[in-house]
Amino acid sequence: MKSSRILLVAAALAAGVGAAVAADETSLEISIKDHRFSTAELHAPADKPITIVVKNLDSTPEEFESKALKIEKVVAGNAEITVRLRPLKPGRYHFVGEYHEATAKGELVVE
Amino acid sequence: MLGALIIVFREVIEAGLVIGIVLAVTRGARGSRAYVFGGVAAGALGAGVVALFADALSQAVAGRGQELFNAGVLAVAVVMLATHNIWMARHGRAAVSGEKSFFALAVVVAVAVLREGSEVALFLYGILASGETAADLFTGGLAGLALGAGLSALTYFGLVTIPARHLFAVTTAMITLLAAGLAAQCAGFLQQAWIVTALSQTVWDTSGVLPDSSIFGRVLHTLIGYVDQPTALQLVAYVTTLAGIVIATRLATPRPAVANVHAAAE
Repeated sequence: MKSSRILLVAAALAAGVGAAVAADETSLEISIKDHRFSTAELHAPADKPITIVVKNLDSTPEEFESKALKIEKVVAGNAEITVRLRPLKPGRYHFVGEYHEATAKGELVVE
Repeated sequence: MLGALIIVFREVIEAGLVIGIVLAVTRGARGSRAYVFGGVAAGALGAGVVALFADALSQAVAGRGQELFNAGVLAVAVVMLATHNIWMARHGRAAVSGEKSFFALAVVVAVAVLREGSEVALFLYGILASGETAADLFTGGLAGLALGAGLSALTYFGLVTIPARHLFAVTTAMITLLAAGLAAQCAGFLQQAWIVTALSQTVWDTSGVLPDSSIFGRVLHTLIGYVDQPTALQLVAYVTTLAGIVIATRLATPRPAVANVHAAAE
C-alpha cells in the first residue's frame, strides 16, 4: 500500500522534476548496430545530470544495462530510449547490451 | 546455444522460484492449483503483449513508461504478498478454502511471469528476427525456459520435504523476504526514472565478490532481495517493507488461533 502511494505521488511529481533538471544537463547519444555500440566510449562532465539517447539501428531488440549506473532498459528494434543519469562522480562506468553481451560493450567516462 | 540458454535461464530464475514457492505455500489447499496455473497463463499472455508493445511502452510518460510499468507491477506484487501473509496470519493454516489469499498469490505469480517473460519473449523474438544461426540459439533459449521450469519443480519439492508444522513458518518468512526484495527493486526503478532522486548513493558494492547478475546472485536476489550495489533508498524500502509485514502479521494473528494452529499441527 505504501509503495503504491509513493508511486502516485511520484507520478504527479515526474513532470516537474523533468523540467527542473533539463537546464544544465549533458545530452549524449549512442547507437547500436550489428549488436555493437558505435562510439563505445562516451564522455561526460562530473556532477552534472546526464541523459543518453540510445538508438537501436538493428531490427532486433536489446536491453541496455549497466550495473554501475543502475540502468536496465529494453530498446525495441529500430527504436530509441532515453536513459537518465543523476550527477556522477568521476570514473569509468561500464554498460552492455544484455542480449548480446559478447559484442555490445561500452563505457561512460565521467571526468 | 549455451549463451542463449544462460541468458534465458537467468531471466526465468525469478519467475521459477516464485512459482515453486507459491506452489509449496498452497500445497494441499483445495482449488489452489487452478489459481496458480491460471496466474502463470495470464502472466505469459501479458508478457507477449508487453513484448509486442515494448517500444510504445518505453516512449510513454516522457520516456519513463518502462520504469513506471516495472515499478507499478512490483508494487502490486508487494501488496499482494503482504495481503497473503496477513490473511494467513488471521485465518491460520487450517483454513483451507482461502480464495482471497489464492487470488493474491495468483497475481504474484502472474506478475513474476509477466516481467521475466516479456524479456524472454523479446530475446527469443530477436533471435527469430535476426535469422543467423537462429535454430541453434532458439533451441538454447527453449532449453533455458525448460531449466526455469525445472527450478520451479526443484524449489517446490525441496520445500515440501520440510515437515508440515515448520513449512508454514518457513514459507511465511520466504514470502516476507520476497516482498521486501521486490519493494527494493521497485524503489530502484523509481530512481532510474528520476522520479525519486533522494537517497541515491550506493551503500555497498559487492559486485566483485558476488555479482547479482550471476546465477547464484539471481537466486539470492529473488529469495532474499540481494543486490550487489544497493542505493540507500532501496535499503530503506527493504527494511520498511520487512518491518511493515512482520508487524502487520503479528497484529493480525489472533492469540487463540495461534494455539489452534500449533495444536492442529501436532
